Amino acid sequence: MSQSPDTSRILSVPALTRVEGETALRLRIHDRTVTEARLSIYEAPRFFEALLRGRAHTEPPDLTSRICGICPVAYQLSACRAVEDACGVDVDGRLARLRRLLYCGEWIESQTLHIYLLHAPDFLGHDDVIGMSRSEPAHVRRGLRLKQTGNAVVELLGGRAVHPVSVRLGGFHRTPTRTELRPLAERLRVALDDAWDTVQWVAGFDFPDAECEADLLALAEPGTYAIESGVPTVVPYDATHPAWSFPLRTFCDHVTETQVPHSTALHSRLDGRRHLTGSLARYAVSGHLLSPTALEAAAAAGLDDPPLREGRDGTGPGTVCRNPFRSILVRAVEVFYAVEEALRIITEYERPASPYVPVPARSGVGHGATEAPRGLLYHRYAFDGEGRVTDARIIPPTAQNQGAIEEDLRRSVQAALDRGQDAEAELTRLCERVIRNHDPCISCSAHFLDLNLETACPHPTGPA
Amino acid sequence: MSAPPAPSRPRLGVFKFASCDGCQLTLLDCEDELLGLADEWDIAHFPEASSAVASGPYDLSLVEGSVSTPEHLERVRRVRAASRYLVTIGACATAGGVQALRNYAGIEEYLATVYARPDYIQSLATSTPIAAHVPVDFELRGCPIDRGQLLEVVTAFLAGRKPAIPNHSVCFSCKRRGNVCVTVAHGVPCLGPVTHAGCGALCPTYGRGCYGCFGPADTTNLPALVPLMHRDGMDDADIARYLHTFNVTAFTAVEEEGPG
Repeated sequence: MSQSPDTSRILSVPALTRVEGETALRLRIHDRTVTEARLSIYEAPRFFEALLRGRAHTEPPDLTSRICGICPVAYQLSACRAVEDACGVDVDGRLARLRRLLYCGEWIESQTLHIYLLHAPDFLGHDDVIGMSRSEPAHVRRGLRLKQTGNAVVELLGGRAVHPVSVRLGGFHRTPTRTELRPLAERLRVALDDAWDTVQWVAGFDFPDAECEADLLALAEPGTYAIESGVPTVVPYDATHPAWSFPLRTFCDHVTETQVPHSTALHSRLDGRRHLTGSLARYAVSGHLLSPTALEAAAAAGLDDPPLREGRDGTGPGTVCRNPFRSILVRAVEVFYAVEEALRIITEYERPASPYVPVPARSGVGHGATEAPRGLLYHRYAFDGEGRVTDARIIPPTAQNQGAIEEDLRRSVQAALDRGQDAEAELTRLCERVIRNHDPCISCSAHFLDLNLETACPHPTGPA
Repeated sequence: MSAPPAPSRPRLGVFKFASCDGCQLTLLDCEDELLGLADEWDIAHFPEASSAVASGPYDLSLVEGSVSTPEHLERVRRVRAASRYLVTIGACATAGGVQALRNYAGIEEYLATVYARPDYIQSLATSTPIAAHVPVDFELRGCPIDRGQLLEVVTAFLAGRKPAIPNHSVCFSCKRRGNVCVTVAHGVPCLGPVTHAGCGALCPTYGRGCYGCFGPADTTNLPALVPLMHRDGMDDADIARYLHTFNVTAFTAVEEEGPG
């Protein structure tokens, strides 16, 4: 921190820890007022939209999974859905349920990783899970066991937990037999207890008050908690406005990106306003569609009823949880739900007649979106008559959340300053916590496409 | 880490360049071994997993990702200087990764495709392996690396011996696993005969042809494989795309050298 004579100072955190990828933070404070909060994503650009051009229509699932080793299934399935949409193929029935099972595996391992290894140490005052394991060995062992079960689901269906190999257009290269799934069911039954205990454990954490001023965006699917498909749905920040949806094919009309000078990522806006995707948004949009036991878990965690239905006591709709610190509660509930859902799918599993349905190439444009652990992940591809990619666009959740995260930072630091807390170490720690609340995946964020030069450049104040 | 390190424990560093984070995540995926590993090693630098970041020197540095930006050029030298042993993990670090596809296109075109204001973006024209810049003590292949192989490498360096990592092709692993050959039995194009082992022949086990994510084996005869792939319905452009993906620089080198 530098103290300049005009009572301006800059707080900078050159490298954030316990996030996936590389990002830095810079705050400008003038006369005890936060005038600027910037998350500078300096993850090296890898140019995925460019290297996809000219590739075969079968390749985006494997290619884009390399954007993020933390949520490869999300990339594979968003890509599959977008390509299948362009080719006029709808994968449903048993194959769709098997995809959901695979995705549940990724939700379990990825959200558990965040809860135990990245987020919980903030609440308990540890640097990392190793330190936490010395004071809370039973909790850490449970977290690792739960994460391992999520990995086991992905490994059984896909061969390995990072960049699984069995996903293909139209379904899978190979589907498991009922017998092969049986040991997974046994592990998932143990995981059900572990996930319940996780909810109870995080419910005991101390949650500072905070509110994220942003519209919430998540996919919605009739009758089920949306994971691997759905329609983009918004719960506005202004509570006087009802929830609304828009067709996926119009995603880029609503969610627009602009390039900022301090980042290799772009900032997104939803119809010009800040928006947030991820667990808080999913709970607001689909919470009422969780299973009865998952809703019990949510109540046990101290979460209010989901907003989009009558409350349990009949007094009306529940409230929207907008406190990012409490996102860990929703994540824990989602892990519990994913374990339940995985068990349900395995119990009802009948091996599909064929591991995949054919997806012949054709020219056209397709859109696909799924709920990655960190939020809504959108893919759009255009193909020529040969089935070659002519254009690709990927909008990951962290890019959408960046504006909301920066606003969160500004408000949190301002509130701390107003309380008279201005020690650098304290503010830095607060900022890191605020950012980790949103589980940003920086690897996902560093590749964007924006050809609209008119809107691409907010007035630069010089690179950080 | 949280407790002051016992002086006897060797110090481990984990470093990231341009990558997807999947290879360092593999370390966190060693759930059963993770806490044991933390007893054996002082995990001094692993920002993704810990807020406690200690400066060097490190006895063993695991380096993920490729050299892609001007800042990387400097940092890779600093990491090397601070490390007794430096091991690169994954296809980005060992071959430049999928982002090395830009080496064969124009960086200006790539920048203009993705960014409206390329002048804000710091990027080198190429994505290159760590070994192109500094000496490397061992390269662990894979996109992503295999968890078992990572543990073998970390254990071997702890014991002061050479890691027991085989150099043969995927076909050997396939036979050991008892798989029916997907090419011979089903006419599925497969890069197994020219690809480095390490994954445990995953793709053929799942009824899929190997797509080369561990890069070329130490000795390959690519020209002998091409007619088979033609027979199974691939044209030259398909074969080129197949080879030019996650280990594009390594397979390109093999193509240029001929059989070796």
